Amino acid sequence: MRTIDKRARVTRRNFLKSGAAAAGVTAFASGTVAIDANGAWAMTTEHLKPETMTTLVKMARDLYPHDRLGDVYYAKAVEAYDGKAGADATLKQLIEQGVAEMNSLAQAKYAMPYAAVNEEGDRVAVLRSIETTPFFQKIRGDMVVALYNQPAVWVKFGYEGSSAEHGGYLERGFNDIDWLKDA
Amino acid sequence: MAAKFDLNDDGVVVIVGSGAGGGTLGNELAQKGVKVVVLEAGPRVGMEEFVNNEWESFSQISWLDKRTTSGSWRVAKDFAGLPAWIVKAVGGSTVHWAGASLRFQDHEFKTRFHYGELSGANLLDWPVTLQEMEPYYARAEYKMGVTGTNGIPRLPGNNNYKVLAAGAKALGYKEFHSGNMAINSQERDGRASCRQIGFCFQGCKTGAKWSTLMAEIPKGEETGNLEVRSDAQVIKIEHDASGKVTGVLYGDKAGNVHRQKARIVAVAGNSIESPRLLLNSASSMFPDGLANSSGQVGRNYMRHTTGSVYATFENPVHMYRGTTMAGIVRDEARFDTSRGFAGGYELETLSLGLPFMAAFLNPGAWGRSFTSALDSYDHMAGMWIVGEDMPQETNRITPHATEKDRFGMSVPNVHFDDHPNDVAMRNHAFRQGSAIYEAVGATRTIHTPPYPSTHNLGTNRMSEDARDGVVNKHGQAHDVKNLFISDGSQFTTGAACNPTLTIVSLAIRQADFIADSMSKREI
Repeated sequence: MRTIDKRARVTRRNFLKSGAAAAGVTAFASGTVAIDANGAWAMTTEHLKPETMTTLVKMARDLYPHDRLGDVYYAKAVEAYDGKAGADATLKQLIEQGVAEMNSLAQAKYAMPYAAVNEEGDRVAVLRSIETTPFFQKIRGDMVVALYNQPAVWVKFGYEGSSAEHGGYLERGFNDIDWLKDA
Repeated sequence: MAAKFDLNDDGVVVIVGSGAGGGTLGNELAQKGVKVVVLEAGPRVGMEEFVNNEWESFSQISWLDKRTTSGSWRVAKDFAGLPAWIVKAVGGSTVHWAGASLRFQDHEFKTRFHYGELSGANLLDWPVTLQEMEPYYARAEYKMGVTGTNGIPRLPGNNNYKVLAAGAKALGYKEFHSGNMAINSQERDGRASCRQIGFCFQGCKTGAKWSTLMAEIPKGEETGNLEVRSDAQVIKIEHDASGKVTGVLYGDKAGNVHRQKARIVAVAGNSIESPRLLLNSASSMFPDGLANSSGQVGRNYMRHTTGSVYATFENPVHMYRGTTMAGIVRDEARFDTSRGFAGGYELETLSLGLPFMAAFLNPGAWGRSFTSALDSYDHMAGMWIVGEDMPQETNRITPHATEKDRFGMSVPNVHFDDHPNDVAMRNHAFRQGSAIYEAVGATRTIHTPPYPSTHNLGTNRMSEDARDGVVNKHGQAHDVKNLFISDGSQFTTGAACNPTLTIVSLAIRQADFIADSMSKREI
């Protein structure tokens, strides 16, 4: 049967280019660059603290962990928060306070900020303790859309997205299953 | 070409809504020379504008006006503002439907007789029988080009269907096939043959799927007797001192309110909006709402006992390729109380794209248990349960006490609790669904809770006796002879099958009745 090539097509370079284009020259000049320690992603923040963005990226991964996905997809999913926080002071406060609370819980438990905690299970324990908060619910509800609504992510899961422009699947494997004995 | 009628033309039939009921009724009447104005709350979106993208399409065509929920159903927690997943656009939910076109079984028109007195269930026999409906079912199947009828070949089964069929066969089920679908398996009636695009829920981009948008409405407009006004939300039905309806008030896109006069009004706004409109049309003569002397308007809300079973396999399936509802197992649709419940259910394949799978597989879930299932997305097969749920008086649409829309109409609240019979049926269906997939090597099966309702039924039900329901066997209001209900809200009970074919059949039958009554000057 026809299967999908799941190799990554999004590189850090592509992401930076699209991020800068979306943010615009002014924002790029006045903003702060948040950059992942491993250099997997980078983005300009204007309204949220760079370390807040770094924490949100880690939180997004802990909410919806897929080992096959690089951090770049999680960064893409949280990217829009910076602009939204600029337009919505209540949201900005919700995020900054939420992240601060996560960090203080992590400090109390593991003597380091949330994003620095090495074990996923330890970070998840922090998330469980804030599961009912409006901050957690907001981020979770947004991430389940923003992460999985990226065409670059679809490819990694073998989902092909829009098909009408390719003439559908009539000649592209709609019935090509080959491992059922009795199909 | 499409007609254009004057607001003061009191000879027209005004139909509220352009979906399976309203769109079909409009065309049928127009073909008979009756002048019709269809008022559709949503915009007219053409098939070339539909998008193969789940969230983008959701914003494009869904009914997203404010609604609230209450009750113990999980939808009230997971999707508190979205009790139903239906369409606000010309064509109504026939734009979104998957095409499954099944007839009721004989006993499903007589549930009070066959199921007896079930505590908490407000069961009632329909005032029509299968025998009376058969000629109309036949006309609907021909009109819609249903596969497996009228010599029309069934669609080829896709990968998702092949997994279902192999499992069903291994389990000993006998009646399974690629469905009776209102999707062209060959060119027919000026519409294309299916290209197995997928995205049936997002609006068919070739017109292979029957919808009132692509089939009934253009045909009606060609007669010169049908006008469809889009972006026209009906707010109130008005009546005269004798109790006959005289027209409607509707709001347009700009927020202006107009009065369209009418000889007859037919309401087909789906089972949340239709009772909402009747209740909002209360007057000094009808203080509890129009056509509501029985007190049943808005009650007996049914949504089918649903749920989904998804399974992951060692090898790829790519379930999203091809038609969304690609096949069916019918063996459990029988009436057999030895299973521990009255009524039956169908198992139909269903697939969601990755974005919707993430949102609906287990709403609210996060962490590795959840994401490990999504990791197997392209190794997944899926099915949907469609079972008969019990009408309950307390499951109902009510006007919200304080929240109003921009025209001052109270927003609707949708209250739903499962009946114990619904729970027993769903649990049985979950077990059988898992067994089907396990029979062909599933490594994991997942029981997904009901999505926001797509089959909204029963809130203006038909009854023989005016005390038990809102309309008679023709969908004519017991209380007001020139007021009709033409959508799924007239269902007395819901049966174990997708409702559209029955809604269309009832609309064809109702058109005959209305045209005949008009010519005899009875209305």
